[in-house]
Amino acid sequence: MVRTYFLLAWTWTRAAAAYPVSFWLMTVLSLAVAATDLAVILVVFANTTSLAGFSREEVLFLYGAASLPFTLCDLFVSNLDRVSRHIKDGTLDTFLIRPAGAWLQLATDRFTPTRAGRVVQAAVVLVWAVAALDLDPGRLWMLPVMTATGLVIFTSLWTLAGAAQFALTDAPEVVNAFTYGGHQLTQYPLAIYGRDLVRGVTYVLPLAFVNWQPGLYVLGRADPFGTPEFMRFLGPVAAPALALLAALAWRQGVRHYRSTGS
Amino acid sequence: MIELDRAGRTFKVRRNVVHAVRDLSFTVSAGEFVGCLGPNGAGKSTTIKMLCGILTPTSGRVRVAGLDPSRRRTALARRIGVVFGQRTTLWWDLPLADSFELIRLLHKIERAAFRARLAELTDTLDLGAFLRTPVRQLSLGQRMRGDLAAALLHAPEVLVLDEPTIGLDVVSKAGIREFLLRVNAEQGTTVLLTTHDLGDVERLCRRVVLIDHGRLAFDGTLADLMATAPAHEDIEDVVTRLYKGEAVLADGGPAGADQ
Repeated sequence: MVRTYFLLAWTWTRAAAAYPVSFWLMTVLSLAVAATDLAVILVVFANTTSLAGFSREEVLFLYGAASLPFTLCDLFVSNLDRVSRHIKDGTLDTFLIRPAGAWLQLATDRFTPTRAGRVVQAAVVLVWAVAALDLDPGRLWMLPVMTATGLVIFTSLWTLAGAAQFALTDAPEVVNAFTYGGHQLTQYPLAIYGRDLVRGVTYVLPLAFVNWQPGLYVLGRADPFGTPEFMRFLGPVAAPALALLAALAWRQGVRHYRSTGS
Repeated sequence: MIELDRAGRTFKVRRNVVHAVRDLSFTVSAGEFVGCLGPNGAGKSTTIKMLCGILTPTSGRVRVAGLDPSRRRTALARRIGVVFGQRTTLWWDLPLADSFELIRLLHKIERAAFRARLAELTDTLDLGAFLRTPVRQLSLGQRMRGDLAAALLHAPEVLVLDEPTIGLDVVSKAGIREFLLRVNAEQGTTVLLTTHDLGDVERLCRRVVLIDHGRLAFDGTLADLMATAPAHEDIEDVVTRLYKGEAVLADGGPAGADQ
């Protein structure tokens, strides 16, 4: 499966190289978009010293911890949200007659390494924040765990987004609210949002386990919303549960595929 | 090799349920060459898509090479070749040869076997001149030959083609027909194709399956089909009357009796 993934990804990379101007424009644009995200945080802290009780370094830590798994997923699986376009064009049929899973082929569809720049940016911010903060070294083991949790959660979200498009062929943008919107939401400490929204992204759509709950543990802070300590460690439970749901939804989506007339 | 047993597929269009295919039963044995005919919207493409696992039947049973297509799609993909006349399965921006190499890797075809197979296909389909050309720059005739080669690289037992000669000029058509006959005769590949070109049927298909309103309207040899009509009529007259629902069918009912 990994072999097939890289095989297809490499194919699309070569195909993208057929349009070199577009390739470089995309690289520059994606870095510019990432830079504005970061700039917003820095501008906020030019005017205040804390955001909902969190220092600049702490906010950058949460930003990096959410952005690293998100940008990795954006690089590797985000094209799952192009399902509706393939349904409308009728090109999904082509994917379904090849001896490889439809999920894998859609995840690699139009793979472009131009998004790798954003991964680097996120990693740099995270490493810088960790170095700048005086963290308890005994708690750093959580970093790889939360990154893996985040990868599973965002991959599941994109899979759900793709699965939903089998039903919502006419409104593909709706699902972006959950993928890109999920990232926007987790870039900041959840403490800046209302209690009900935070409950929603904890117990319904487990975005809080990407960086917020485990991040509080790494930072050695109590939850401003007062959730108990054991919640910090529930990411590895919530993520597989969401992944299972996403896998089932995807299966249903493919089975209910209607194709196009021809 | 191909088995449909009361297969059906419905689509919900707004509040209505449309039966694209209903109670369709026929079997195709190994080595047969079958043409699937029917007016536009009769359910031919839906049938083809159920056979290759793209569409899940809503009722009945479908088996291809002993597998349930919608449940064993990737396993089946290794054993059948599929060509859509109206849509390429090749990678648009890659040279033809690169698409073939990718198919080799996806199908895990051994390098030596692949080389021999590709050389043979390049020769019989005359691909040599445009193997290095990106697919998007190929003419329709070239692209169709490329698609045929791509569908046959893994030496499938069954070849399913949806309108393989659509839009082609007479020379390209003749080339494709001759090639399909060779594949069927020399390698014993089972072939099922849909077409609106009666020349395809006359030259290729020993057996004709006619689908109308999603149901089986005729199943027999081309000679049987012609025998249902007065002697002076040619195949075009016969098929026209069948499509219009004027002919009496093999099972005794008029074509498209209900919807």
